[in-house]
Amino acid sequence: MADTTQKQKPKRGGDGEETGTGEGGQKLAKKGAELKEEMDALVDEIDEVLEENAEEFVKNYVQRGGE
Amino acid sequence: MSIPKVMGTEIEYGITVRNDRDFDPIASCVLLVNAYREEHASRILWDYDQENPLADARGFQVDGEKYTPNQQENIARNKTLVNGARFYVDHAHPEYSCPEVTNVRDLVVHEKAGERVVELSRQEATTLLPPGAQLLIYKNNSDRKGNSYGSHENYLVDRRTSFKQIAEHMMSFLVTRQVYCGAGKVGSENRAQPCDYQLTQRADFFETEVALDTMVKRPIINTRDEPHADREKYRRLHVIVGDSNMSEYTIYLRNGATALVLSMIEDGAIKKDLSLRDPVRAIKEISHDPTCRREVAMENGKKLTAVQIQREFLEMALQYASSRQVDDMTKDVLAKWQYVLDRLERDPMELSREIDWVVKKALIESFMERKGLDWESPQVQMLDLQYHDTRADKGLYAMLERQGRVERIVTDAEIAAAVTEPPHDTRAYFRGECLKRYPAHVFGVNWDSISFGIGDEPIKRVLMGEPLKGSKAHVEELLAASPTAADLVRNLRA
Repeated sequence: MADTTQKQKPKRGGDGEETGTGEGGQKLAKKGAELKEEMDALVDEIDEVLEENAEEFVKNYVQRGGE
Repeated sequence: MSIPKVMGTEIEYGITVRNDRDFDPIASCVLLVNAYREEHASRILWDYDQENPLADARGFQVDGEKYTPNQQENIARNKTLVNGARFYVDHAHPEYSCPEVTNVRDLVVHEKAGERVVELSRQEATTLLPPGAQLLIYKNNSDRKGNSYGSHENYLVDRRTSFKQIAEHMMSFLVTRQVYCGAGKVGSENRAQPCDYQLTQRADFFETEVALDTMVKRPIINTRDEPHADREKYRRLHVIVGDSNMSEYTIYLRNGATALVLSMIEDGAIKKDLSLRDPVRAIKEISHDPTCRREVAMENGKKLTAVQIQREFLEMALQYASSRQVDDMTKDVLAKWQYVLDRLERDPMELSREIDWVVKKALIESFMERKGLDWESPQVQMLDLQYHDTRADKGLYAMLERQGRVERIVTDAEIAAAVTEPPHDTRAYFRGECLKRYPAHVFGVNWDSISFGIGDEPIKRVLMGEPLKGSKAHVEELLAASPTAADLVRNLRA
């Protein structure tokens, strides 16, 4: 499910250009592989910056009400 | 004829200190705002005399104690900046109120400049903490434990438009705009129905339809009648039912669509009755449904989705715009509004570059899938929080922006300039320029006044009841002809 979300359409306006032909199918598969690679890169980067000890961190994040 | 939609936002940030057992939120806030170095700002008072947060738009005055700090506390908690903004301590949160602007592009620039001011202050303040301790700031609205802090929008409205009319139409508009305004949240709180993920940070906290409160029993329509301008002519609609957005696109559409609907109300252009049967219930039902397909009950017995209700508003807005001269930015807002509703109807996840709650959801789901995590996982909750982190190297929204994974509206250069430059077309220009030119002689500031202390003379308060006066076009000559504050005061009197 997540695969269909983040990077499906890096550029707007080009939707629907590559459909139909066998060549298009190959392109699509290639694009799919690229997307997966890109997703993996993103997850790796999140991994790098995500706070350690998430459990303790979110537990300790307590605010007073405001406004 | 509708009046220009002068607007601004007030953002309260979440604050914490890592590795400090004695963390005191208020002391940390004071440290933060005082860490922001603008030379003049250390001595200027916020002028509480002009404020009246207890006036109710329905026409009465509410009992209660007006907050007026002593002078020392006032100076410690309030900074008025040369870009016309106010950066201050509100209860236990740092708050940034951007200067008055006349259009949504400037609004994005100045709300984003606020994030920079807060982050610069955070960096500075952290150096003053004990070794190992680190001050952290989040532009979000909830700690996910039932405590919420606000993100408020302000819009100038014609006083002749009755508050009843505003409340009637804005109720269903504000409840349904969540589908493109939400900042997204993992889980629910404040005794709301459990859920994995919801559209907004704030929906769980709204408990009543119309009221003056902002801290307890929060209302969808806030009745605070404090125009910060000539109250014979203006209202300020204080919208408290929004989220703190990270996405420029979301901020732009949020304020753009809202301002347009307010103009339409002023012009009597909302012809349809789109009243909801139970707005307090609907706000949560809509927020808790990331498919955006759930129908809510209308007063007339029908059931519609939030997207369908927004479409009704959009249709009326398109018709409104076609019957008069509208500027290019309004046309752009309409185009984006339509673009977003089309995609929300088809598949909301197509908006993973534009709309905050979708951007965040897509990010979290990618991570969850690769790591085999679920919505209850602390790491997933951490992602939710860290999306809003103000640090360039840690904030997840900042990371997406750097990688070109989200749509932008403005440029980094424009944002950087707005840290020290007020908007040119509102009274914020006069406020900011006075602070730049006469820092030693500005005694106190409020949105609609600025006072000067010159030598032993009595304090001179200059009233600014017209938000559009005091613009560069109005005061450039006056300022050029006034090398000193004494000259300015003399020239103003002449």
